[in-house]
Amino acid sequence: MKVKQISIFLENKQGHLLEVVDALAKAKINIRALSIADTSEFGILRIIVPDPEAAKKALKKGGFTFNENDIIAVGVSDTPGGLAKALAVLSEEGINVEYLYAFVSKAEEKAVVVLKTDKLESSIKTLKKAGISIIPPKEVYSL
Amino acid sequence: MFWNEELETIKASTLKNLQLKRLRETIGRVYFNVPFYRDRFQAINIKPEDINSVEAISRLPFTTREDILNNYPTGLLAVPRDEMVRVHTSSGTTGKPKAIFFTKSDIDRAADLIARCLVMTGMRKNDVLQNMMTYGLFTGALVMHYGAEKVGVLIVPAGPGNTERQIMLMKDFHTTALHITPSYALYLADYIKTKGIDPKRDLFIKRAYLGAEPYSEETRKKIEEMLAIDVYNSYGLSEMNGPGVAFECEMKRGMHLWEDNFIAEIIDPDTEEVLPDGTKGELVLTTLQREGMPLIRYRTRDITLIIPEQCACGRTHRRIDRIFGRSDDMFIVKGVNIFPQQIENVLMATKGVAQNYQIVLESLDNLTVRVEIARDLFDGNVTHLVNMQNKIVEALKKELLVKPKVELLEPGTLPVSEGKSKRVIDNRTL
Repeated sequence: MKVKQISIFLENKQGHLLEVVDALAKAKINIRALSIADTSEFGILRIIVPDPEAAKKALKKGGFTFNENDIIAVGVSDTPGGLAKALAVLSEEGINVEYLYAFVSKAEEKAVVVLKTDKLESSIKTLKKAGISIIPPKEVYSL
Repeated sequence: MFWNEELETIKASTLKNLQLKRLRETIGRVYFNVPFYRDRFQAINIKPEDINSVEAISRLPFTTREDILNNYPTGLLAVPRDEMVRVHTSSGTTGKPKAIFFTKSDIDRAADLIARCLVMTGMRKNDVLQNMMTYGLFTGALVMHYGAEKVGVLIVPAGPGNTERQIMLMKDFHTTALHITPSYALYLADYIKTKGIDPKRDLFIKRAYLGAEPYSEETRKKIEEMLAIDVYNSYGLSEMNGPGVAFECEMKRGMHLWEDNFIAEIIDPDTEEVLPDGTKGELVLTTLQREGMPLIRYRTRDITLIIPEQCACGRTHRRIDRIFGRSDDMFIVKGVNIFPQQIENVLMATKGVAQNYQIVLESLDNLTVRVEIARDLFDGNVTHLVNMQNKIVEALKKELLVKPKVELLEPGTLPVSEGKSKRVIDNRTL
């Protein structure tokens, strides 16, 4: 149920983000979801793409510094309080959400949110138990 | 006015005889007391009695900074360690520093040379010297301090940094002279200007002694104008006492090198051939008066030339020109001496950092260290990177006493050069 996410190190210099996105575009990789975490000195671009292996290949070729890790994609009802419910159940279980960001497109009537927590396995269990849908990788990549 | 008129105006021929006498004593001392030198001399079949003229010194092998490092800490002592009263160190290119030992009379003679220098530039008993060099393992501040005490001036042992307090001390104690690095002097002059202080009206400074790093004639003029003072160039190195090896007189046309204490040669750094006066090359110095740790033909790595003409001040000791370059990589931020090696040591001890780094100097009080992150340790976690960045800043601050800015870079961003890479990018305009 875990989805592959690629994190790319962004140096604090003009045009660096463009270089990364450009490298992916040239490899015909469509970015499904993205987020940038930044400090005043550097940033980290996180992306979800249909073909993580191809993206990694393109990034490696471009000499970028990146890392692949697992996240979970959660479908929350696209209504007020939808996200709050998911976060509340995790909080009750003592699970710490490191970051989250949303998908560009929607699956049916649900908004898709990417979650990174300190305990991925128990997060999945907790969310499932609370009736929150976890979107499997296959579906996520084709969103 | 002279501190020691007889020695400072000694006739050339008398000086030569004195040099030969002292050279032979020094050679004898190292031959019989320092195994390193005895082995070196024996390897080329030279006995002390073979050195029968000052010129014959060129038959002797050089001593390099590596020799001092290899004999760290006490391998080059010519008298028992118990006779030593002080050790100073100077950073080397490897982890260990160069250790230089002084006996009581070595300290006294070093101070005496400083006294010559100060009196030569007009310092008198009623002057007040604010010593803004770093007190500690470096020779700069302490050797000057002892020399100034001999002259009898009032010393304000301020050390570098805390510019606001420095100005307060100058005002309150009526400081008439500064001992300071060129970079800090520029910073100070600029600071005084921006604070709206008029040096002529609000301060009492008449002169400044600048040393420890090369600087240009333009910088001297700029500092002289900004502070309305006379700036005198000072030359020295820890291996040869520290300051007081050569110093400018009131003519400000080159530095008198005290030839009764040192034999100066200029060599071609590549061929090691001795060059005639007036030719630019590497300065090589031999101590003539040092008893604790005499050094024979020490390669200073400083590029200068010997000015052959007589000086109008009446001193007969030949002058060397300002130092054109120093292969030494030391730089100064906020008046603190920093060696790239110190930064490298901290970075290399930090997990997550790649080999390549760069030191960028944009102003006299800003130090930026650009660090490449290690590709294989990148885990995509912002907090981990921020923690690493903070850890580097703190570790550098602890080591350097100056808080740097640390930039994290993508691996492979910094230029990689063959051999010794250019670590320090100095964008400051001196």
